[in-house]
Amino acid sequence: MADAAPVLLSVRGVTLAFGAKIILHDLSFDVRRGSIFAIMGGSGCGKSTVLRAMIGLLRPRAGTIAVDGEDFWSAAPSRRAELGRGCGVLFQSAALWSGLSVAGNVALPLQMFTSLDAVAIRRLVVLKLALVELSEAIDLAPAELSGGMRKRAGLARALALDPAILFLDEPSAGLDPIISRRLDDLILNLRDGLGATIVLVSHELASLFAIADDGVFLDADSRTAIAHGAPAALRDSCADPQVRAFMRRERPDVVRS
Amino acid sequence: MPHERSRPEWQLDSRVSGHCQIVIAGDWIARSGPLPAFPQSAIASVPAGESLGIDAGGLGDWDSGLIAFVWDARRMAASSGLSLDVSALPAAAGRLLALLPDVVGPQAPPRRPEFRPLRWVGGAALGSLGAIGGATALLFATVGGAARAGVGRARLRRADLFDNIRDAGPQALVIVGVVNFLVGAILAFVGAVQLRKFAADMYVANLVGLAVVREMAAVMTAIVMAGRTGGAYAARIATMEGNEEIDALTVIGIPVSDYVVLPAVLALVLTMPFLYLFGCLVGMLGGFAVSIGMLNITGAGYLTQTLDAIAFSQFVFGFLKSIAFALLIGVASCRIGLQAGRSAADVGQAATRAVVLGIVGVIAMDAIFAVFADVAGI
Repeated sequence: MADAAPVLLSVRGVTLAFGAKIILHDLSFDVRRGSIFAIMGGSGCGKSTVLRAMIGLLRPRAGTIAVDGEDFWSAAPSRRAELGRGCGVLFQSAALWSGLSVAGNVALPLQMFTSLDAVAIRRLVVLKLALVELSEAIDLAPAELSGGMRKRAGLARALALDPAILFLDEPSAGLDPIISRRLDDLILNLRDGLGATIVLVSHELASLFAIADDGVFLDADSRTAIAHGAPAALRDSCADPQVRAFMRRERPDVVRS
Repeated sequence: MPHERSRPEWQLDSRVSGHCQIVIAGDWIARSGPLPAFPQSAIASVPAGESLGIDAGGLGDWDSGLIAFVWDARRMAASSGLSLDVSALPAAAGRLLALLPDVVGPQAPPRRPEFRPLRWVGGAALGSLGAIGGATALLFATVGGAARAGVGRARLRRADLFDNIRDAGPQALVIVGVVNFLVGAILAFVGAVQLRKFAADMYVANLVGLAVVREMAAVMTAIVMAGRTGGAYAARIATMEGNEEIDALTVIGIPVSDYVVLPAVLALVLTMPFLYLFGCLVGMLGGFAVSIGMLNITGAGYLTQTLDAIAFSQFVFGFLKSIAFALLIGVASCRIGLQAGRSAADVGQAATRAVVLGIVGVIAMDAIFAVFADVAGI
């Protein structure tokens, strides 16, 4: 299904750097509409950095990132902001605004970017929080939430504007297996229900196999992508033994081709 | 979407007996404007025992606005003992609706402050006593740490101390200088206008010298440092608290008073008296500049008069006051930082409280010193 869908996000020849330090170079991949795309790789390979470039927080040193055929980074700032509003982002630490309640966090994007009145906004907030099973926490402060609740509140905020693209940075890191599994189901249901395209950064293998249908594998040594494809396919039939080993949680020297 | 959106509309169709339908038409996009809400009264008009369905034949684009509408309708139907059949909706909408509960669990009611004046007064009093107690305990812990550092047994890192001293000392010189220079100049200006009436121009030097050395330099320097360094200490420690850095120190058994508080307080205590002396000098320079410019007085005359007016003991008194102010600002702001909550708003609040408490505390302490000096005849 994902192969037939048109490309929504296209990363072409991207080089990312902090000052003189090159994080990744010559990175290319395509994210198809309606797919769940995983950015994989070991710790420190630049997964989150790619995500930062895709959500408009880090300008690539070279290359293009196109959203629906439109080059994001060469667009005017106002157009970039508009494209950004079509994206929902769940940050690794959830990054809830601590001065607002959970409801306030979800409501703020709606207050800023729609003409809805307070009652209509409240209805949507209640809906988004019910979708992530957080109805009972609606009026709590972020500081009163547990880690899993914070992630789900962050997800509800990311869903506030019904984004076409959802970026999730380590959605299940730090969650127990059951909550993590439920979050996976939720992500699948949201993709199918909202028709959103999901880009996620993760190295939780179980979750990757369960939900991702496409992906790219980054390597810290060569500082670029070394494999493309669905996580399960990479595990079973990737030509690169290093990638196979990673996806099977084996030590690289144990793997034989 | 490029095409023109049609208005979202709905109505209840009960023409077919035994089967009621909610007919939904148009584009239901929450972002593009207000959407209809499903009223409680609509369900009341459905006769009991009828089945309730949806006709989505005229539905255009939709997003979570439609889901909110249908969810409302389903919950209201459920509360009247009806079940809403949503199978006619697009499959994706059905999946989302399947995720939603029929009953939203009880929500914690928002806490509202009650009108309990006695409780407020009592709470404030107990809170203040607790704060004083906590600050005193921290002061003792810090002094103990300093004593251990004196014999070389405290875990005071010299690099931290030097960083703090550089920040509280040399980097504060400009702002302390500017403030004290202007205060000295203002004193001279005000004094000159009055003293000239009595042809006592000469005594501007006494006025400026005494006022600066006894009160203004110490107080103004302390106020500047409370705003500049005290606020920074509170914000830094509150942020460390938020990042669990303080917890990490506690767990491995590094006393917070040694590692975080001691270098900060020590830096203030070591630099503030010298900033005070610098403030005296610059303040008198401000008075000197105004007097030379405005009054009939020579530079040498001003200097002699100043030296005559100020006894050495005045400097000692100011010097000691500065040390006390430094202790107050340092300990209070560190304590406020340690007591702060973990959110960004808490950090801001801690910084504000540290500055306010520092300034008020310095002025109150100065008043106590004034009474003491009067009794002791200094």
